[in-house]
Amino acid sequence: MELVDEVRKGSVRALAKLITLVENEMPGGIEAMEKIYPLTGNAYIIGITGPPGAGKSTLTDRITKELRRQNHTVGIIAIDPTSPFTGGALLGDRVRMQGVSSDEDVFIRSMATRGSLGGLSRATSDTVKLLDAYGKDYIIIETVGVGQDEVDIVRTADVSILAVMPGGGDDIQAIKAGIMEIGDIFVVNKADRDGADRLVTEIKMMLGLSSTEREWTPPVIKTIATEDQGIDTLVEKIKEHREFLVKSGMLACRRKERIRCEIIKMIEHEIYRYLDSLIGENKDFFEQRLEDIVNKKEDPYLLAKKTVETIAKRISKNANV
Amino acid sequence: MNQDKRIRVLVAKPGLDGHDRGAKVIARALRDSGMEVIYTGIRQTPEQIVDAALQEDVDTILLSILSGAHGFLFPRIMELLKEKGLGDILVLGGGIIPEDDVPELKKLGVSEIFGPGMSSQTLINYIRENLSQG
Repeated sequence: MELVDEVRKGSVRALAKLITLVENEMPGGIEAMEKIYPLTGNAYIIGITGPPGAGKSTLTDRITKELRRQNHTVGIIAIDPTSPFTGGALLGDRVRMQGVSSDEDVFIRSMATRGSLGGLSRATSDTVKLLDAYGKDYIIIETVGVGQDEVDIVRTADVSILAVMPGGGDDIQAIKAGIMEIGDIFVVNKADRDGADRLVTEIKMMLGLSSTEREWTPPVIKTIATEDQGIDTLVEKIKEHREFLVKSGMLACRRKERIRCEIIKMIEHEIYRYLDSLIGENKDFFEQRLEDIVNKKEDPYLLAKKTVETIAKRISKNANV
Repeated sequence: MNQDKRIRVLVAKPGLDGHDRGAKVIARALRDSGMEVIYTGIRQTPEQIVDAALQEDVDTILLSILSGAHGFLFPRIMELLKEKGLGDILVLGGGIIPEDDVPELKKLGVSEIFGPGMSSQTLINYIRENLSQG
């Protein structure tokens, strides 16, 4: 695999091409990833998530600048939503990353969700591995603007930063399940706005209400990203948290869990491909079953069971070849 | 489930004019046609544009220029693209570019110039046709 060798030699072009290959599930993608996998594990992965407009792109830009000041190389994956209607996407995160976009030790890749619902795109974790193998010290993943339940980032990043801004809702929002549970570090961005201090207090109270014993209490940091305020503290906390993860052995645990999830997802995806082609090849058959099921002549459970059996047969047939 | 190669387009505004209404309208139309559009904002240097094209692995670059500086910006961008081995990217121009200047730009390797009044569909069709040949 030429591209893999070129990535190892530092070719940006090969890196970009490989990401496309993997993202489009083109032939050779999985073979390339097999070669890439042993080269991974050196980069530290930072996830930035939060509602639309919280300032995730600007925070990413400023954190990157601070990391570059400390001579670390950085890869950025910026994710924006795909239109569910047309499949198109407008990827605009680079607009806020002008400060680092011409630095050759920073690689920025914009990605569309392409139907994934957890705040990331399906190819995100492979892209992380590619940037890792390429030799980036830090990889920052900026999720799509999330609501309450898009928590895939915790299973992909070493540290999850939840960025919020004043004026985002009352205090009960803060104790709902989901997104507020995943922050290792909280950032109240746009802290020059009214209500910033109250929001900090609310988040701290929410964290204090937690009944589980924590070894790490997530810090709440105020930033004004556009003015570079609070960014140095934030990067310090990221490093402090990293140290905590390493010393407590939790980093190894998290990474192991991540691989566990990835393997399951790979298997699911592979099985789904069989399902997809099966349905594609037998559209009329499934339409007819659907008609019968709607009219209560058949039941859906039997159809599901039979379909799984057919997929299993196809898989075992392929395995024997 | 359909993961066919999506067309990725970089829409960029090089140079110093800050009027990006047209570029945004085009970006939106391309998005609605199912393409992935990377929008980089205004006042981009040729270096920034070419770096973005390289990292994003785009199929097409669309440059919108209203400032009259196309005679400087296009040659520089084309030169940088070749330097970085990106000569195969389809480069298109739009904005206010006098017809007399178009032959010169095409000689540099710019595929087509789309002026005011052109429909977005014309542009979309052009991109699709020219990429499928490539």
